[in-house]
Amino acid sequence: MKEININRSKKEVVILFAGDSGDGIQFTGGQFTETVELFGNDISTFPNFPAEIRAPIGTEAGVSGFQLKFGSVEVFTPGDQYDVLVVMNAAALKVNLHNLRQGGVIVANISGFDSKNLKLAKYIDDENPLTNDSLENYEVHAIDISKLTKEALKDSGLSVKEIDRCKNMFVLGFIYWMFSQSPDNTIKFIQHKFKSKPEIADANTKALKTGYHYGETSETFTSRYEVKPAPLQKGKYRNISGNQATALGMVAAANHNNFELMYASYPITPASDILHELSKHKSFGVKTFQAEDEIAAVCAAIGASFGGSLAITGSSGPGIALKAEAMGLAVMLELPLIVVNVQRGGPSTGLPTKTEQADLLQMLYGRNGEAPMPVFAAASPKDCFDTIYEACRIAIEHMTPVVVLSDGYIANGAEPWRFPTSKDLKTITPRRPDKTDFLEDKFLPYERDEHEVRPWAVPGIKGFEHRLGGLEKELRTGNVSYNPENHQEMIRIREKKVNDIALDLPDQIIHRGNEGADLLVLGWGSTFGSIERAVKDLIEEGISVAHIHLRHINPFPKNLESLLRSFKRVIIPEMNRGQLSKLIRERFLIDAISVNKTKGIPFSVEEIKQAILKHQDHVSTSA
Amino acid sequence: MSVQVLNSSGNGNPLTAKDYATDQDVRWCPGCGDYSILKQVQTVLPTLDIPKEKTVFVSGIGCAARYPYYMNTYGMHSIHGRATAVASGLKAARPDLDVWIITGDGDALSIGGNHFIHLLRRNFNVNVLLFNNEIYGLTKGQYSPTSPKGKVTKSTPYGSVDHPFNPIALALGAEGTFVARSMDRDPKHLRDILLAAHEHKGTSFIDIYQNCNVFNDGAFGLFTDKATKDDHTLFLEDGKPLIFGKETKGIKLDGFKPIVVSLEETAADECWIHDPKDKIKASILSGFFEYDMNQGALPRPFGIFYKNERATYEDLLTEQIEDHKKTDNTDLDKLLSGENTWEVK
Repeated sequence: MKEININRSKKEVVILFAGDSGDGIQFTGGQFTETVELFGNDISTFPNFPAEIRAPIGTEAGVSGFQLKFGSVEVFTPGDQYDVLVVMNAAALKVNLHNLRQGGVIVANISGFDSKNLKLAKYIDDENPLTNDSLENYEVHAIDISKLTKEALKDSGLSVKEIDRCKNMFVLGFIYWMFSQSPDNTIKFIQHKFKSKPEIADANTKALKTGYHYGETSETFTSRYEVKPAPLQKGKYRNISGNQATALGMVAAANHNNFELMYASYPITPASDILHELSKHKSFGVKTFQAEDEIAAVCAAIGASFGGSLAITGSSGPGIALKAEAMGLAVMLELPLIVVNVQRGGPSTGLPTKTEQADLLQMLYGRNGEAPMPVFAAASPKDCFDTIYEACRIAIEHMTPVVVLSDGYIANGAEPWRFPTSKDLKTITPRRPDKTDFLEDKFLPYERDEHEVRPWAVPGIKGFEHRLGGLEKELRTGNVSYNPENHQEMIRIREKKVNDIALDLPDQIIHRGNEGADLLVLGWGSTFGSIERAVKDLIEEGISVAHIHLRHINPFPKNLESLLRSFKRVIIPEMNRGQLSKLIRERFLIDAISVNKTKGIPFSVEEIKQAILKHQDHVSTSA
Repeated sequence: MSVQVLNSSGNGNPLTAKDYATDQDVRWCPGCGDYSILKQVQTVLPTLDIPKEKTVFVSGIGCAARYPYYMNTYGMHSIHGRATAVASGLKAARPDLDVWIITGDGDALSIGGNHFIHLLRRNFNVNVLLFNNEIYGLTKGQYSPTSPKGKVTKSTPYGSVDHPFNPIALALGAEGTFVARSMDRDPKHLRDILLAAHEHKGTSFIDIYQNCNVFNDGAFGLFTDKATKDDHTLFLEDGKPLIFGKETKGIKLDGFKPIVVSLEETAADECWIHDPKDKIKASILSGFFEYDMNQGALPRPFGIFYKNERATYEDLLTEQIEDHKKTDNTDLDKLLSGENTWEVK
């Protein structure tokens, strides 16, 4: 056997596994993720599903992808361009080739490039890209994966179809070999998953091992890679997606503070996974209510909140539009409620499976009347946990509905998470009614503390009977009032209540770089990874740039204005037409420059770098 | 959360109707049928074995929806059509509460139609009082989804072309487990039905004919006026024959077709004997629904059309949770760590 060198120079590798929806791509990507995590790499992942549930097999519309970047350094995004593109058929190559870096590796399943598949992928004249010279700038490994898997499993007793389903394990085994990773963790997983079907477990294991050994014995490969473990912070880790983190944050907030959790929702992409996750946790007393529509979901949550539960509804843009009236009711009732918006491309039905950040102004302003609500945004998959936990605390302690923004990118994306223990969680203390909330013997449901927080009196407690409603409330008593002075005062109070929340939130930090730099990149939500990486790289190159990322968009952190003013110029990259920019300009009269992208896909690090260089240049020449 | 339970002595609630009234002025129009319904409920509540602080009234929008402000219990005046949805969430969260939904024909059957049918399907143990006046009152007189075809209103000056809902048939079709009709002008009947509704475990729906004396006065005159009511109303009683017209007329079934017979020719016990558990017959009864002054026309039934027990949503939900608490992980730290962790040292 000839000598194969192991290339250890790579700090980061981006792989895209792509194939037909039925090829087990998501499973393959998930297993690779788990293995490199256990090995100690940092990683960021992003699954990319087709919008159609069962798009025609072999077509471009049916291509499913799982993108990941793993490294021996801190990883912030799933990567801009692929180093390795694994394709199970011709359509997968056609859709994704443009994003493979020059000189990158292609691993292709030859039988996915037969004339039928070439036709379905609409290659002109059924020209096979694997056999003409169109891929000469890449390192192509065309392997007849289907055939090799079939041969390996010919004695397995499985049907042709079942055998064919094992081909993703062959690929995974081969990629493990290529990156010097052990297949053991996946073997363990397969044996456990198919415990009740040992013949399936054994076939998958065999396919995996065959793929691994193929790398070693086929003698067509001259190099393997090894990416060393990353110097991550010490501690215990697990992998987590944004939607999972959101769900766990809710359970933690309820369970740690002795609240019952009620999550009322209506299925919608990309928020449904929150409902799926929560519905598994019945043993924590979690009540999930799949309502008949979006309006019923938010209203049921309001009912549960009135009853004393930690009540949450979740949806995506179009669903949130339907909830708007009830959200206004929650503002008027001054009850705790969390509304999660996992944003997707809009307007209308838009791009349900693609990502966007274009609902910010909807969340801030999309209600009738003056109806202020706190708005928080999560920056990464793991940050969803802390963001939702904090939102629960603010909603309960300040008696207000709170919006939490996530989006399709971080909701489905995953990363390692140094998970907290229950000891690390903050205590949430509601303002319960007491003797001071009475006028003689009458309970005052709208009596307030210095931050305008009213007491939360839950049905069942004698002596605190009261009525809430959407009609304007009289100061203190909460009775219906049409008094003009009272209405104006109540509007002022509801606004102050939300503004005062800033006093209960931490000061804004600079995530990278220093105060007073030439250029600030101000971001919010899922752009965190791309901005962070771009700013880090450019600081290392000597550029005067910094990164601030907002979780709290309403109210803004109290020190934000003074921070912003220290920079010569502020740019704001957003996956919308400039919504945060509008807010910053309006609030502070700061001439922030908007950098927009609305393609349904996140900013690449390169795009952020280009924007920084363009505007940084301008600062230095004008200075 | 600690919940004090006082005042349920089993044999009687020491409270009176007055204890259930608030200090707020009732602002319905003088002569409105709502007053009677408010009074009957306030009369019935102290006779129930439910502490006042455990009672919650939830309403939507409309004249009727002001109701919770007049009840000295917990209450919520929510948004248009959504009282049923709010109450569903409340009851799911707090099965221990006695929840009453106050709604109108526009609120429940038009803007809130979707939530209304799903509430009945899920069978939460709540009571729904539909104040049905066949008109939009609060918006000053447009036709509603229960207004008869041809109704002349502000929005239908040449008569409505909309076909109306039959609320009883709708509730039966939506799998309601307690479906009844009563009216504001018959306090005793209304109180009896309220008691029966409260006693029923599951969603109890009462279609209450309520006179709007400003925008739709006399809509139910046929059933309330002395001159006509005997011939046009039929009071349903469990195990009793369907007879009406001062015991001169009865109903028989000819196959599936109900016919009016004279009790001079047919004995009462040969008439249709009411059985509220019989859903097919309930559905035939729900079809007694035309405005027809002609001789031989079917009278309008009042009382309990259908009543049958089925598991409530909140019981099934609670049961599932309790089952899983016994068998599944209940440790938060275990949940946070998940099944696959690794340590960086």
